[in-house]
Amino acid sequence: MLINYLPILIYMLIAVGLLGVIVLLSELLGKKTHTVQKDIPYECGMDPIGDARSRYTVRFYIIAMFFIVFDIEAIFLYPWGVVFKPLGWFGLVEMGVFIAILAVGLAYVWGKGALEWE
Amino acid sequence: MTLNIPSFNLASIGPWITLSIFAIAILLADALSPKGNRTAAPLLALAGLAVAGFQTISLWGKNGLDFARMVYVDNFSLFFYMVFILGTALTVLISLQYLKDYGKNLAEYYALLLFATVGMMLMAAGAHLIMIFLGLEVMSIAVYVLAGLFREDARSNEAALKYLVLGAFASAFLLFGMAMLYGAAGGTLFLNDLPGRLTAGFKPLTLLAIALLVVGFGFKVASVPFHMWTPDVYEGAPTSVTAFMAVGVKTAAFAAFARVFFLAFPTLMPDWTMVLWVLAVATMTLGNVVAIAQTNIKRMLAYSSIAHAGYLLVALVAANQLGAVSLMYYLLAYTLMNLGAFGVVILVGRKKDSYLSIYDYAGLGAQHPALAAAMALFMFALAGIPPTAGFVGKFYIFSAAVKAGYIWLAIIGVMNSVVSVYYYLRITVLMYMKPAEADLGPINFAPAVTATLLLTAAGVVLIGVFPGFLYNLALNSVKIFPGL
Repeated sequence: MLINYLPILIYMLIAVGLLGVIVLLSELLGKKTHTVQKDIPYECGMDPIGDARSRYTVRFYIIAMFFIVFDIEAIFLYPWGVVFKPLGWFGLVEMGVFIAILAVGLAYVWGKGALEWE
Repeated sequence: MTLNIPSFNLASIGPWITLSIFAIAILLADALSPKGNRTAAPLLALAGLAVAGFQTISLWGKNGLDFARMVYVDNFSLFFYMVFILGTALTVLISLQYLKDYGKNLAEYYALLLFATVGMMLMAAGAHLIMIFLGLEVMSIAVYVLAGLFREDARSNEAALKYLVLGAFASAFLLFGMAMLYGAAGGTLFLNDLPGRLTAGFKPLTLLAIALLVVGFGFKVASVPFHMWTPDVYEGAPTSVTAFMAVGVKTAAFAAFARVFFLAFPTLMPDWTMVLWVLAVATMTLGNVVAIAQTNIKRMLAYSSIAHAGYLLVALVAANQLGAVSLMYYLLAYTLMNLGAFGVVILVGRKKDSYLSIYDYAGLGAQHPALAAAMALFMFALAGIPPTAGFVGKFYIFSAAVKAGYIWLAIIGVMNSVVSVYYYLRITVLMYMKPAEADLGPINFAPAVTATLLLTAAGVVLIGVFPGFLYNLALNSVKIFPGL
């Protein structure tokens, strides 16, 4: 059973070993020069401006959560579209319930004023 | 292409649907109604729980599976439905005034309580390990949010974050155990199929799976050594949420724990009873001994809840019919007496929990005799003194242990009960024999909390004096475990 996976283990060991050797060799043999330009973080070739840990408004999280919720809805709708005919009315009703629950969520956040940006 | 849609009967999960619909209705009513109108939510929650209770009663006696063998409809799960409904309803009653004092009487609170209850029901009725996991998550996520209800309070935040991080960690253990089991059982997670697949000899994978499941469930029931979160979370969370966690989450976790281990692993009993034996002794001893040192009443009740998890583990170790019966009886009794005790804590705590030290109970007996009498009754019940429900529950548990041959476990359990008498009776002594340090001032006896105290006090005495009815109900429910 488990012995059948031995080639995979050997393959993994070779891969990790080879990587290690390459990194080690370049570390040992390579020439190291430090300049100001080389030591700044790489950011698409641009000069970095400011700290990476900048603060931004918490409202973005709410937007992100909405996005996830409706993203998931879309993910569920696609496979349903593929088997729409075989599932028939049962599938239609089930998806109706699912979308209704998401709509309730939307109505809730709307009613709570979470969609207003001020 | 044709798809076979399994036949199902929505009535089998009627209570879940009812509670979900009512929870959604609460959210909608809150979002769409004008600001400041918050009286509807608790009433809707209680109405939903009442309807779910009626549905549960009408399902009583059914024995079978539904939804493609994913859900059990049997008396074992229905018994626990009733415990959850009772626990949640009493939590709603004790929350009302408490949350108003904090200015936090939010509709979301009641909706989350109902969602958590649905999760608990899923856990008690799950016939497939994935269903149990889903239930655990539905319940836990709601409770994580509830623990952090007081957003402005650092302690409440700490409780919520700690519970979330550690809870997610424990869930991962549980899930990992299920994955191992899936491999060990050759590709099934149906509880009904598992015993047939796990018989063949010594299998490290199965044992690993069981160990991981013990960790996952052990966390939720707050057993040593997975209890570290309990005192901090119980102390930091709003008192009403602490009460809900102590009774609801623990009961649900034990329901699933018992169902999985009694139903799926009866052939491996020698392996897991040994582990649970050690856990039970460690949990009882640590809970009771550390509770002695506590001066905050919520922390004391947290350690007391750990100790009770230990007693309940004894019932699991016994692994016989009486053990399962005692588990069910004790969980109901525990729900009543613990909610009662927390009700008193809420009343004595008054505005914004200003009186949570146990020394604030000094002199209560002279100034508020009825309240002190109620607290004394709950303390006696938790300590297991007759004629309360706590005594009968402990009696069943320890006789189950003796019957199964675990004499020493029963002895250790009884000795632990004696230790627990110290810290429970200390509250009583403080209330009646110590003069108050200052005038306690008026206590706002909100009608809902007073009603809860009356109900729980009556219940604790009633099922303690007449345990026969519940005993028969529970005995009737545990017939589903052929391995016991």
